[in-house]
Amino acid sequence: MSLLSVENLDARHGLLQAVRGVSFSIAEGEILALVGANGAGKTTLLRAIAGAHPASAGRVLFDGNDVTTLRANRRVHLGVTLVPEGRRLFAGMTVEENLSVAGAHGRSGPWNLARVLEAFPMLQPCLKRRSGDLSGGQQQATAIGRALMTNPRVLLLDEVSLGLSPVAVNQVYESLQAVISGGATIVLVEQDLSRALRIATRVACMLEGRIVLEGKASEMSRDRVTEAYFGLRRGDGGGSVA
Amino acid sequence: MNWADQILQGVLLGAYYALIACGLSFLFGVMRIINLAHGSIAVLAAYLVLSATERWGISPFVALLLVLPVMAAAGWLLQRTVFERSLRSGPLTPILSTFGLAVVIDNLLFQKFGADSQSLAPNIGDFAFNSWTIFGGVRIGQLSLLTLVVAVALLGGLQLFLTHTPLGRSIRATAEDADTAELVGIDARKVYAAATAIALVTVAIAGAFLAMRATVSPYTGSSQLLFAFEAVVIGGAGSLWGTLIGGIVLGVAQNIGSQINPQGFLIGGHLVFLAVLGARLLIVSRA
Repeated sequence: MSLLSVENLDARHGLLQAVRGVSFSIAEGEILALVGANGAGKTTLLRAIAGAHPASAGRVLFDGNDVTTLRANRRVHLGVTLVPEGRRLFAGMTVEENLSVAGAHGRSGPWNLARVLEAFPMLQPCLKRRSGDLSGGQQQATAIGRALMTNPRVLLLDEVSLGLSPVAVNQVYESLQAVISGGATIVLVEQDLSRALRIATRVACMLEGRIVLEGKASEMSRDRVTEAYFGLRRGDGGGSVA
Repeated sequence: MNWADQILQGVLLGAYYALIACGLSFLFGVMRIINLAHGSIAVLAAYLVLSATERWGISPFVALLLVLPVMAAAGWLLQRTVFERSLRSGPLTPILSTFGLAVVIDNLLFQKFGADSQSLAPNIGDFAFNSWTIFGGVRIGQLSLLTLVVAVALLGGLQLFLTHTPLGRSIRATAEDADTAELVGIDARKVYAAATAIALVTVAIAGAFLAMRATVSPYTGSSQLLFAFEAVVIGGAGSLWGTLIGGIVLGVAQNIGSQINPQGFLIGGHLVFLAVLGARLLIVSRA
């Protein structure tokens, strides 16, 4: 049974329809990578799932319940948490405060401050520093740690590597691997195709607001995804075509 | 020595300005709302304390303790019925709606209590006028000193509350980024309602002290709003300790102004306010 389902979802930015009739589902423990060019609608889709952007049509089902009209904070209480693009930390608050404020409002579960610090050891020395003063990698680790403090059942990760140095990206993904090994269910938006294919169990490629290619990551070649990414070919064999 | 006395009296007067500016600054810091009904709400609280004191024959301080939860509830209601709806309609609507609210409060007070000025001073006896001589003829009023102590305690307490309590941290997170706060499970609407309740509690305390140190009438609110606004701008909007400094600078400027010219009390404060505002605008335009 799928943990999260999206059915014919539409989302708009004013007159612009950013997400058009998107449908997919994800089972517990799966990692779905959403790839696509800038403006393909990935971030809007993720934000609509998290409740940070209103859906103009369609449904979001979580654990069998329709959550389409629930506000973002209620979805967090159910177990859907987004790590937004650009981290969006509370810059005037310390790392510890960023983590504890999320812990105080999330679900109860295995993730607490000690476990987050175990998964992201780079945060240990900067717990008392203002999050706005951290490096990009430390900020991303704080953003993911903050989301984990809510004990999500589905973690939505938007552009984890955006704006980070290659070293910082590697550090963050190394820590993320520990989260993945723990059986996390993740929807990941990632520009780095090779990394997305390595980490994900399934890949969906978006183009102009639609999913144009979807399938198991193990059956998907980089070339096929690249062609769908740029709209050169609408998929064949292996993955399904939307 | 007259100057030393004037500066000290300015500091003590500034403590009252800090007290009344506290709620305005707090609300602006959290919700980016300039509450133009702030002064009128302070006067409303003063009348509630006056009514409770006279009706039940109790001390104004006890009456204030009874009024505080009422004002907290009113703050919660105000957020859910006026601020929340206004905030959805753009930045101008809260200004217009709070201006309208001020007009309504002023006129309801006029209808209920008439135009006569009233004061809590008779209800606190000599405490309203007693003072200690500290050195060289410089006197410090007992009520003024209490106002200073309450202002420092209130601003310091609020600072501690924001830093060390879960609700305080939620308020700070929501003040920084309400959308992201919702993404970590915070109910921003409830946090805003709690912040408004806290702001109105501070306004009620300021209103009670206003009525103890001076007289109030239904239309006193606009002048109190002006002083609170000036203190907030001088100290830096949203900064609690800045509000204390802003209030003291305003009080000292008014007292120095009155020393230079008997008509200079208000002018002195306004000039400092305009100078600080001009400097801030200059810095912003160069940034």
